[in-house]
Amino acid sequence: MTTNLAIEASSLVKTFGDLRAVDGVDLAVPRGSVYGVLGPNGAGKTTTIRMLATLLTPDGGSAHVLGHDVVKEADAVRGVVSLTGQMASVDEDLTGRENLILLGRLYGFKGKAAKARADELLGAFGLDDAATRLTKNYSGGMRRRLDIAASLVVTPELLFLDEPTTGLDPRSRNQVWDIVRALRAAGTTILLCTQYLDEADQLADGIAVIDRGKVIAEGTPGQLKASVGNATLQVRLLNPEQRPQAEQILARELGAVHLEPDPSALSVQSPDADKGAEAVVALSRAGISVAAFTLGQPSLDEVFLALTGHTAETQEEEEVKA
Amino acid sequence: MSTDDIAIRNALSSVPRPPRPGAFNAAMAFGWRGMLKIKHVPEQLLDVTITPVMFLLMFTYLFGGAIAGSTGEYLDYVLPGLLVMSVVFTTVYSGVSLNTDLTKGAVDRFRTLPIWRPAPLVGALLGDAVRYVIAGTVIMTLGVILGFRPGSWPGMFAALALTVVFSFGVSWLFTTLGLLLRSPSAVMNAGFMFIFPLTFLSNAFVEPETLPSVLEAFVNVNPISIMTDAARGLMAGDAVGSDVAISLAVAAGLTAVFMPLTSHLYRTRG
Ligand SMILES: Nc1ncnc2c1ncn2[C@@H]1O[C@H](COP(=O)(O)OP(=O)(O)O)[C@@H](O)[C@H]1O
Ligand SMILES: [Mg+2]
Repeated sequence: MTTNLAIEASSLVKTFGDLRAVDGVDLAVPRGSVYGVLGPNGAGKTTTIRMLATLLTPDGGSAHVLGHDVVKEADAVRGVVSLTGQMASVDEDLTGRENLILLGRLYGFKGKAAKARADELLGAFGLDDAATRLTKNYSGGMRRRLDIAASLVVTPELLFLDEPTTGLDPRSRNQVWDIVRALRAAGTTILLCTQYLDEADQLADGIAVIDRGKVIAEGTPGQLKASVGNATLQVRLLNPEQRPQAEQILARELGAVHLEPDPSALSVQSPDADKGAEAVVALSRAGISVAAFTLGQPSLDEVFLALTGHTAETQEEEEVKA
Repeated sequence: MSTDDIAIRNALSSVPRPPRPGAFNAAMAFGWRGMLKIKHVPEQLLDVTITPVMFLLMFTYLFGGAIAGSTGEYLDYVLPGLLVMSVVFTTVYSGVSLNTDLTKGAVDRFRTLPIWRPAPLVGALLGDAVRYVIAGTVIMTLGVILGFRPGSWPGMFAALALTVVFSFGVSWLFTTLGLLLRSPSAVMNAGFMFIFPLTFLSNAFVEPETLPSVLEAFVNVNPISIMTDAARGLMAGDAVGSDVAISLAVAAGLTAVFMPLTSHLYRTRG
């Protein structure tokens, strides 16, 4: 069966008792792409991945992974995918090297070849030094890297990554992101579940936003942002007494100004980044001292808010010191 | 592109995919995993060594005089029974450790591998068989130190081998239980609730003739009794062929029924 879709799911359903954890999910993931499944905790991401990875049998709907039916041809699916689960899928009582050798043997490498493959992956993922330590003593970031390395003992056509950076420090998170980018560049299709908006934004070619078991929006990060429209300019002044004056200028440049609870802060919608920047320049020309401003690209969080009426996480802002 | 990137891309494309491993190799890989766990967490061997030692000392010195009139005579009677009991008790831990395993993410990965379905279970039990051998060896060694003399030394090792094979069969019961129940302690409790009466209502510790007739009838058909008879016979050097055959048949029967069941549950457990 030839199709350029790596994953094709229609009306997938999984219920746990009364709870419809996954409630009619459709997905179409092109081969070679990184596809983000974005949603808050409990949205049904892991349950969806587990059905696609043949760990759970769907209660309704159907799914094909690389052309194979996940129920009827589960074994064929298992032959071409790898899973890096939300719980670290490494064996805590084994060393990193032993974990990889074990998987090497389970994929069909014989003694020496399994060891060589393990060492090669340990090197590529920067785990040489930790190779002979028990993985229960690994840091979160090391464990994640080992986990991903374990998924690559043989190169999968499709990799499931379930919240690969949850709980990681920024440096480890960036390492994982680099790995995902390298995999994509090498042609591996990746289904990435995440609750971090910036993660999907950074990595994914396409995103499905899911909430309470349903896909509520779909598109490229750009399309999703465009659907919300305006960016927000937030300004904090050095001197609160200048706020009325600043309000006047911003209202003239951009439109209705919102006065924040903080007496030195105000915010205003901006149709695009250029206009926002001009408004800031206008403030300083008028002699108003700006302590800080942020020109929020409409974030995926705002997308989420617009789509669901509730936020997925607290918005992260990049403060630009004035 | 960073050097990491290049290393990862090289690692991705470096080797062709080998053919899938056969059933035997896959199971052996999991058996190796079991060995590594024993190596890294040797404490887990305490369970399987301390309990048998306690039982042996307790039965010999505490009950021996009362049951058989002398500790030496009772040791001769009870050692084969204790061998069977100790090793069969150890099988409960196979269910417990499988259940513990299920709470870890590693099992998810194993379940998405294209391998012979029962391989993780067969391999784990092969690893456990090493524990059975250890438990049995501890009992036999201590028995000999305390004065037990088998009629046949090779028979004694044959008895250990038969007990391990028998227990391999029994352990499928507990791996099934390990997949049906939610927590390791539930498996432990249910397992012992089942195996304790079964072991004590056998001829391992008392002559069946001394029991009320209803009990005696049960004791005589209890597979643990038959296994114990086989072990006694092998150690004495006058084994009854049918006892050995029935013990093997029980192991084969339990494996035939409960291995596929366990395997199915392992694959389908959410
Ligand atoms: N095995 C299970 N039994 C009962 N409820 C479950 C089970 N797995 C998940 N759920 C429930 O299903 C919903 C979706 O969970 P999950 O797919 O893990 O969400 P996410 O990965 O998006 O955080 C949650 O409400 C969760 O509590
Ligand atoms: Mg999840």
